[in-house]
Amino acid sequence: MEMEARATDDCSVSERPPSPSLSVTRTVIAFVRSDRRAMVGSILFLLYIAIALLGPSITLYDSDSPNLAVRMQGPSWAHWLGTDRIGRDVLTRIIAGAQVSLQIAVGAVVVALILGAPLGALGSYLGGAVDSLVQRVMDAIMAFPSLVLALALVALAGPSVIMLWFAIAFSSIPRYARLVRSGVLAQKEREYVYAAQAMGQSPMRILLRQILPNIMAPIAVQLTLDFARAIGVEAALSYLGLGMSAPYISWGTMIRDAQDFLEVAPWLAIFPGLALAGVIMAFTLLADALRDRMDPRLRRSLSTLGQSSAISHADHPRVLGS
Amino acid sequence: MLLQYIAMRVVQLIPMALVVTMVVFFVMMIVPGDPVMVMLGAVEGAQISEEVYNAMRARLGLDQPLIVQYVNWLWNVLQGDFGTSLTYRTPALEVILHRLVPTMYLMVGGLIIAVIIAVPAGVLSAIHNNTKWDHLATGFVILGITVPTFWLALVAILIFAVYLGWFPSIGYTPPQKDFVGFLSHLTLPMTVVALNIAATVLRFQRQDFLEQMHQDYVRTARAKGLSERSVMWKHVLRNSLITTLTVVGLQMAYVSGLITIVETVFNYPGIGYLLLNSIHTRDFVVVQGVVLFMVFLVIVVNLLVDILYAAVDPRIRYR
Repeated sequence: MEMEARATDDCSVSERPPSPSLSVTRTVIAFVRSDRRAMVGSILFLLYIAIALLGPSITLYDSDSPNLAVRMQGPSWAHWLGTDRIGRDVLTRIIAGAQVSLQIAVGAVVVALILGAPLGALGSYLGGAVDSLVQRVMDAIMAFPSLVLALALVALAGPSVIMLWFAIAFSSIPRYARLVRSGVLAQKEREYVYAAQAMGQSPMRILLRQILPNIMAPIAVQLTLDFARAIGVEAALSYLGLGMSAPYISWGTMIRDAQDFLEVAPWLAIFPGLALAGVIMAFTLLADALRDRMDPRLRRSLSTLGQSSAISHADHPRVLGS
Repeated sequence: MLLQYIAMRVVQLIPMALVVTMVVFFVMMIVPGDPVMVMLGAVEGAQISEEVYNAMRARLGLDQPLIVQYVNWLWNVLQGDFGTSLTYRTPALEVILHRLVPTMYLMVGGLIIAVIIAVPAGVLSAIHNNTKWDHLATGFVILGITVPTFWLALVAILIFAVYLGWFPSIGYTPPQKDFVGFLSHLTLPMTVVALNIAATVLRFQRQDFLEQMHQDYVRTARAKGLSERSVMWKHVLRNSLITTLTVVGLQMAYVSGLITIVETVFNYPGIGYLLLNSIHTRDFVVVQGVVLFMVFLVIVVNLLVDILYAAVDPRIRYR
């Protein structure tokens, strides 16, 4: 959220806001109140984070111990969302699953950013052969269906938390590389960069201290969107039987297990799916609202895809698969 | 001029295709286990004499430098030799092509239905911006983007197969065998695919149409005295359809993933289902083949979109 406030200010003037903490809080509150998407998105977001962090400490049951006396029961006062085939409480398992999805998604997004951003910066800074090599590799990664690539990686290397991070992150790397590259190219010629150069600052320092804060806005939007995507891909991989196995509880695995009992116990499939959809919706709405809020031009450039690709058509294949 | 443009685009694709094949080749290197031992049919820890081992290694070409191995492999792939499937014991390409027909029905059918739903809906919600109708369309877009596909597919099975019993829940019948059975098996998976794509297409169609409505040529058309209906549905739509085309092209990579999931949920015997099965039976030759096949599909569709684009809009060719 802090990034957002800073970036909003940076859109108009490239100075830092005068008193950061106060203006950040104010900006966030104003933002949430101004936009229905932001409102719904942040409520769901806070709910999800709270559940994921508090996790097992707020539940009545144990997520893993079976209780055959109450197996396959529908929703009731004792078990709000019913019980599964060996009598485990569905609500408890959904809450435990929130933690796993958060863990995988945060890791995947961070890995994508850490790998992608330096590649983009390197390309735009060095230019020439390095730049076009990086660009070609990024184009190629973009041509892969992200889910299929993740599937293949996990299938080959076997599922583990770190492998899932990389498998899910892999296809997002080009997005950060490209964002940072175009951001740096756009900022490179601005006065404040020349001023910093004249003051004798090192290129690394200029990149991190001067340019980075100015391209934070689109990166923050992309991070939020990728978070939604990472949660969806993790669930899909688990559903396909390629995610983390027990004792890890994934919403995708819960839905996979519920499939065989669709006729007799539909709630087993329905509730984890609702949780999943709710979380993905939270991040999607937030990203959407953030994008409009931070830079209305961003939205325009996205929607005028057809027009702008007529102009910058040489760049067209780079958007492959995005 | 157009031919020249096409030739240029194809040449530009070559480095990308090279990188793609390298990624696939090297990703396959991380398969656990020693392929030499696998080919010898040796169990873990078995004693194999060095001579036998080295002979097999040489036969598989694994004693060559990595780059030579890659070039050999690429040469075979270009000739359509994807290797022999470990489970089916037939050429991998044959296995894949055999499964391609059902996938094409699902993919092409889904795309067509998506465009038929999304284009008029996008235009209407742009024209009636900020009305109830527009909000309905936006709601559909949000749901379409956020609801996980595999779950939507399961809910569809639950409602239309389990409760209502209108359609079979899983499986496939070839059309030449039983056309009605074919349609009833295709309906649910195709609807899920179509709804998913439609959400994205609608979103872009609406945004682009909104942009186009404020362009100069629209004012000119109105000033000429054309009716509002003809301005919108003839002039603006024609221009924004180019965007729709691009969006559909850009969606291809996503669609291959979508197909994989939908086919798996519905046990629909296409290449996505094949991919999953091959992963579970550890038939990595087929996995590699399907991944390559999907990537090339993405590249070819995007090339076609580019060409079509240039054919429609001559400005591009003169760049």
